[in-house]
Amino acid sequence: MPTTNRSLISRLDALTLTLYLVLVVIGLLAVFSVEYRSTDVGLFLKGKNYTSQTIFLGISLFVGMIILFTDSKAFASGAFLAYLFGIILLIVTIFFGKNVKGSHSWLQIGPMSFQPGEVCKIFTALALAKFLSLSETNFHTLKHRLIAVAIALLPAVLIILQNETGLALVYFSFILALYREGLPNSILIIGFSVVVLAIASLLLTQLTIFLILTAIASIFIVLLWKRLLINGKLRLVLIGSYGVALLFSQLVVPFTFKKVLQGYQIQRIYSMLGQEVPEAYLKHEEIQKLQVGKKKDDNYNVKQSKIAIGSGGLLGKGFLNGTSTKNNFVPEQHTDFIFCSIGEQFGFVGSALLILLYVGLMIRISILAERQRSVFSRVYAYCVASILFFHFAINISMTIGLAPVIGITLPLLSYGGSSLLSFSILIFILLRLDADRAVLIR
Amino acid sequence: MSTAAGSRQLVLRAIFIGMGLVLLIRLLFLQLFEPKYKIMANDIAIYRQVVYPPRGVIYDRNGKVLCYNEVVYDLQMTSNNVPRDFDSSKLCQVLGIDGNTYYNLHERAKWANGPMRPGTFLEQLSTAQAARFGENKYSFPGFDMVERNIRSYPEPIGGAFLGFIGEISPRLLKKDRFSSYQQGDYLGLDGLELSYEEVLRGQRGVYFKEKDNYNRPRDSYLKGALDTPAVAGQALHLYLDEKLQAYGEKLMQNKLGSIVAIDPSTGGILAMVSAPSYDPNLLRGADRSKNFSRLYQLHTKPLFNRAIKASYSPGSTQKPYTALIALDDGAITPAFGYPCRGAYYACGRPVRCTETWAGHAANLRLAIANSCNSYFCHIYRLSVDEDKFGGVKKGLEDWYRHMFLFGFGHPTGVDIPYEIGGTLFDSTDYNKLYNGSWNSCTNLFLGMGQGELSVTPMQMANSLCIVANHGFFYVPHFVKSIGNNPKDPSLARFLVKHEVTNIPDTMYKTVTLGMMDVVNAGTGRVARLPGIEVCGKTGTVENYAFINGKRTKLQNHSMFVAFAPRGHPKIAIAVTVENAGYGATWAGPIASLMMEKYLTDTIAKNRLPLQERILKGNVINMRQVTLIDSARRAADQARYERRLQNAAVSDSVKRAYDSLVILRYIKTYLLPKK
Repeated sequence: MPTTNRSLISRLDALTLTLYLVLVVIGLLAVFSVEYRSTDVGLFLKGKNYTSQTIFLGISLFVGMIILFTDSKAFASGAFLAYLFGIILLIVTIFFGKNVKGSHSWLQIGPMSFQPGEVCKIFTALALAKFLSLSETNFHTLKHRLIAVAIALLPAVLIILQNETGLALVYFSFILALYREGLPNSILIIGFSVVVLAIASLLLTQLTIFLILTAIASIFIVLLWKRLLINGKLRLVLIGSYGVALLFSQLVVPFTFKKVLQGYQIQRIYSMLGQEVPEAYLKHEEIQKLQVGKKKDDNYNVKQSKIAIGSGGLLGKGFLNGTSTKNNFVPEQHTDFIFCSIGEQFGFVGSALLILLYVGLMIRISILAERQRSVFSRVYAYCVASILFFHFAINISMTIGLAPVIGITLPLLSYGGSSLLSFSILIFILLRLDADRAVLIR
Repeated sequence: MSTAAGSRQLVLRAIFIGMGLVLLIRLLFLQLFEPKYKIMANDIAIYRQVVYPPRGVIYDRNGKVLCYNEVVYDLQMTSNNVPRDFDSSKLCQVLGIDGNTYYNLHERAKWANGPMRPGTFLEQLSTAQAARFGENKYSFPGFDMVERNIRSYPEPIGGAFLGFIGEISPRLLKKDRFSSYQQGDYLGLDGLELSYEEVLRGQRGVYFKEKDNYNRPRDSYLKGALDTPAVAGQALHLYLDEKLQAYGEKLMQNKLGSIVAIDPSTGGILAMVSAPSYDPNLLRGADRSKNFSRLYQLHTKPLFNRAIKASYSPGSTQKPYTALIALDDGAITPAFGYPCRGAYYACGRPVRCTETWAGHAANLRLAIANSCNSYFCHIYRLSVDEDKFGGVKKGLEDWYRHMFLFGFGHPTGVDIPYEIGGTLFDSTDYNKLYNGSWNSCTNLFLGMGQGELSVTPMQMANSLCIVANHGFFYVPHFVKSIGNNPKDPSLARFLVKHEVTNIPDTMYKTVTLGMMDVVNAGTGRVARLPGIEVCGKTGTVENYAFINGKRTKLQNHSMFVAFAPRGHPKIAIAVTVENAGYGATWAGPIASLMMEKYLTDTIAKNRLPLQERILKGNVINMRQVTLIDSARRAADQARYERRLQNAAVSDSVKRAYDSLVILRYIKTYLLPKK
């Protein structure tokens, strides 16, 4: 084994580490720019969030160092134990969690408070990797597939009990990692299609969806013409899915909205997307309220966030010149809506670069995953990529009105100790495992 | 498995890249193709702060300040910055208010601008309050003193022409002149403050600031690249003599009427008194509207500037102009005489004259000196009935033209607003009045300044300047220079010398000599000043008012016009005292004392008793004034109500007509025909 001869530092993946550091620094500057006042004297003022974020970064790097000097086998051997610990922590949190805006997902220990759901991602990733790398696991059997899915989703259920749905959804992203390990294609396709179709049928008119669906079906027919002629099953699948999609978008969604859901529920769903409720779905009381002009501004967050990002233009307003983000117009702009400050200050170019950095990091992690000798490391790496992907996709989507506002952070950029620390640990464990990629870890 | 795994890793990477592309496309549209977000971002985050420069100071001819800006302190409160456990008792002690008042003020300030922004807690702190607050400021978080300028007047004089400032009204906002103003701006509402608003106000500074989600101003926008600094207002230097003005207001106390004194050589106004006068300090700052309505309610109407807004029949003060017109038309010569023996009989009903002795109107100079009514009625008739006009109507046209040139019948154009033009009838007006059948006998009273003629004290003084100058005048005005520049474009119209007619100097000389005789030997002897050739003319004007529905003759208006010295006139003055009696009793002494004060700077010892009599004299018949004013106000109210009623009636008539039309339509087209 040639790699073991080299020192640990030189065996670390430089690109991943660089991407990590660049993103963290961008995050610090973003939090700084949001809080900066022209009257401020000196850096690292007391009471400013970027000061505490810097401290969190210091802690994260320190923990990262510890991880790097830990034996890589320790992660695999302690995985189930850590998972058990995490589950217990989550259960405890259900009962003793601090009440923050109706959710009980924060634990208070002395002056510090943290979100176990955030940390538990690491344990779940490790446990999943451990389970799949066990020699007795055969992922082609339904039983083991169900166990794997259960490992991934048990924390989600507990977190939903804490009333923090957004965070719970993150655990569904492990499906991606499981897909890599052999879950059938159809699950991914069907799951993806349902999500897209659901959002589309809320955002677009029925006619538009009908046209798009028909267009997609026609494209498939043209592309698969020869195979369709031979394969009756394929024909059935195509026609069936087209029919189901039409049924869902043209009948199920309107029916649900008109007859089943209450006015406030509809309001909630649309405000999460940052959209006005279409008139067709408005109940009588709401119409009256609209006419009186007393409608509450439910989608204030997304509206302000879109204004901030949209006003950035091509090159942005410049560092520290973001009029919307600097002056508190976007709520939660240093945590969930940190992307606004990038979009406003650096415009399309800055946003595109940031997206490039994230996509680069995820691709790099998937490349790292594929070069692992041990299944444990590979599954773990894909788990990290999946979590990153979910956070990245949903967070940015919600700031630009593509996804409901479910309160999950932008990895490494958002202000918050729990989030930064857990992502740092995820990545440092990955770096540590990758440094020993030639070693077989079980 | 390896190929499957290989394709699956590619699928995952495709998903990563695909999501990135979706986000990029959405961002592309959001940031590059939807400009509305830029506008919205500016709307919510940029705040236009207007900074008001101090208004210009107003000085008199000797550099004495008439009006300046006083810095006062308002106490502001930002409700959210006041701690919950704030001990208000100490603040109450410092400000000298009780707890209840504190509560009310607190609530008012909190709701005025919302809890996040500063609202005015207490206006215009007294010096003691401000000092005590300043010392203890640290113990009152959320409270702050802010500076504000208010107009202040060192002497309680000049309210009539200085005017006042106040918040702009919605009606004014619609005017072109004030289109650049915004709701809440202050501007001059009357007097010089209004006339020279653009000069006094200076230029507002505009600063663009970023604001936060609670509308609190933060940093300057784009580091102040778009800001314009404020430019201070320019000072006004007046012709007015502060001492003379103060003396005039003192002389006019307890009287109704006015004084206008003009320097004939420049047209500069030396004093303008409207009695009763008021302290301009009443109409400033926090108590302005309260004091304004109190002054407005007074029956003596102190807010009514009698010098430019009241018009009276000129009475005998008209006689010099009648003479000049007759001379100019060639109707008479200075040697013309009229055998008056106490009345004028030529037009049926006799016109009484105060003098009865023979020869009191043997020539023009004597007639002026003795103020012979018959003489002036006669020469008025002579000038309008002259053959060259071919009829009294053409003759009156000529007379009207002359009078107009002398400055009657139209505003003089003085530089304070709301001046009226008085009354001056031409032939058309008389045709209307008398249905076309009238002759020089119908309106012969015009010659002695009664009848369909009324002039403002401003016009009297201005026309007197023409006589004093022997034929020219400058439009009367207050402002000598704007910010030390006497040639400011807005003063250009006051620098134009107006030549009135081509009446030769000799004729003016005759008239002025007659006026000098008035003072030296005639009706106005009270106005004589040792060593100074004073020319004057008394006026005693009959006037009537409806009291309790009856036309009642009131006490005569006392009038006096004078200028001095005769050769090089330095002051021309017109004094009116309403319902006071003979011109020589009240107006004459006042005019004379004013001239003496201006020309010699003191009052001679032997004239102190006269001054004493004037100062002590109270000629306001309060009961009568109250009756007349109440009746007038009642009439105004009734007129207003009648107008409302008429509008309501015409509206219902229209409605009734409309329903008739509809009924007819239904009958004609919709109902079945029999």
